[in-house]
Amino acid sequence: MMADFILRALIAGLLVAAIAGPLGCFVVWRRMSYFGDTLAHSALFGVAIGLLLDVSLELTVVLACLVLAVLLVLMENRRELSSDTILGILAHSSLALGLVIISFTDNQVNLMAYLFGDLLTVSSNNLIWIGAVVILVLGILIANWNKLLTITLHEELAKVEGLNVTRVRLLLMLLIALIVAASMKVVGILLITSMLIIPPACARRFSRTPESMATLASIIGCISVCGGISASWFWDTPPGPSIVVTASLLFLVTRFGGLRKTA
Amino acid sequence: MDNQTLINADNISLEIDQRQILNNISLQINAEQIVTLIGPNGAGKTSLVKIALGLIKPTTGSVETKKGLRIGYMPQRLHIDQSMPVSVERFLKLAVNANNSEINNALGEVGADSLHHSQLFSLSGGELQRVLLARALIQEPQLLVLDEPAQGVDVNGQAELYRLISDIRNRHQCGILLVSHDLHLVMSATDEVICLNQHVCCHGHPEQVSNDPAYLELFGKKDAETLAVYTHHHNHSHDLAGGIVDKEGKSRSDHDG
Repeated sequence: MMADFILRALIAGLLVAAIAGPLGCFVVWRRMSYFGDTLAHSALFGVAIGLLLDVSLELTVVLACLVLAVLLVLMENRRELSSDTILGILAHSSLALGLVIISFTDNQVNLMAYLFGDLLTVSSNNLIWIGAVVILVLGILIANWNKLLTITLHEELAKVEGLNVTRVRLLLMLLIALIVAASMKVVGILLITSMLIIPPACARRFSRTPESMATLASIIGCISVCGGISASWFWDTPPGPSIVVTASLLFLVTRFGGLRKTA
Repeated sequence: MDNQTLINADNISLEIDQRQILNNISLQINAEQIVTLIGPNGAGKTSLVKIALGLIKPTTGSVETKKGLRIGYMPQRLHIDQSMPVSVERFLKLAVNANNSEINNALGEVGADSLHHSQLFSLSGGELQRVLLARALIQEPQLLVLDEPAQGVDVNGQAELYRLISDIRNRHQCGILLVSHDLHLVMSATDEVICLNQHVCCHGHPEQVSNDPAYLELFGKKDAETLAVYTHHHNHSHDLAGGIVDKEGKSRSDHDG
């Protein structure tokens, strides 16, 4: 009954939303949303390299994001420029470089698909790739959950207590890089960060433990995916942006509901 | 380094951006000894603590630590982002996978039983300090490092907190490295005072230090001793009740006598 492409879109969206919830909590707690944005911009650079070399785009996008994440960790210790400025430089120069490189390739490239997602054309191969990344990230996230919480609460305390803070921080950045790469097809480069921060922001006021916030964020992300794909099905709206709009509406509802409660 | 020495820092200097932060400082902490670092803001107290803890590397000098030393560290502040929902209990559990009875004991010891289920970000300054102290205690530390533990705690609470710290030393038999920006409150509890202003101005027993010209110059330029207390409490002047001045006067006359 339901068209295959919609089913694939739904599964891809739900997979990404499920993992973006808990991972996004760390983005919110550690105020890394600009970091997510920077990674997302560098993904287009990865796309450009992939097109230029005619190799798998998934591979080059992941590599571009990972390289950028490592670069940022290395640059973090230099204090002449604020990390805010460094992120801005890296984000926009990698995006611009990506666009310039794409102009040299012969392919007719549908830029919109990369910028805003192309959920309805998700192939079985895409699905396998997204699924593999999500399972990998979920496993690493669960295995390191307490360590990640510890460094988020106080890095120096964690270090004195014997944790290798740099390694855990790098791990978190790499996980975010992987998810950014995996969700490019779902919501697109320009909207990826919203999937990381809006669901946790919705979940915050209903949560009293880190775990409940993470779980609820996953659920809210999945509701947004269902809502966005439904909108796309019934009104022919672009699915990626529709998912983000749904999430934003949920955010407004949770905020508005709160205002009435306290009034 | 003998068996009693927990940390031995030798000839430590620290330079950041060609600015001298610490100049040739040696520091030794022995088991069951309370060492207090005092000095004005910007004297390099926190930098020295971080070097002793191995959090930053000194430009020159070396730090030796007793093998397998368990350190309980209470940082100067813990900024909890409101966006993170986490209870006191959970925060303490994260320390060393502590079990419930260990958590109860530690909270009871610092007088914070009622905070068990409170959200971390909702605590007052003083409550948060107690919770941090509880976390440091859960590790059964051989050395407690407390960086300005009384910050954000009102005056009554400060006296109580220092009493608590001195109790803890007796009960846990651990060494304590304490950072403070005033001497009189920590006086009774301290074995050794190091007065720091980029270099070691003077050191010794608290009574000795409080009469040392270098200490008086650093803290009491305005010649009257009570005034020194005042300038010292500049940040907290709104908290300063008459009571604390009396207390100070009394403890001083003890020492003069």
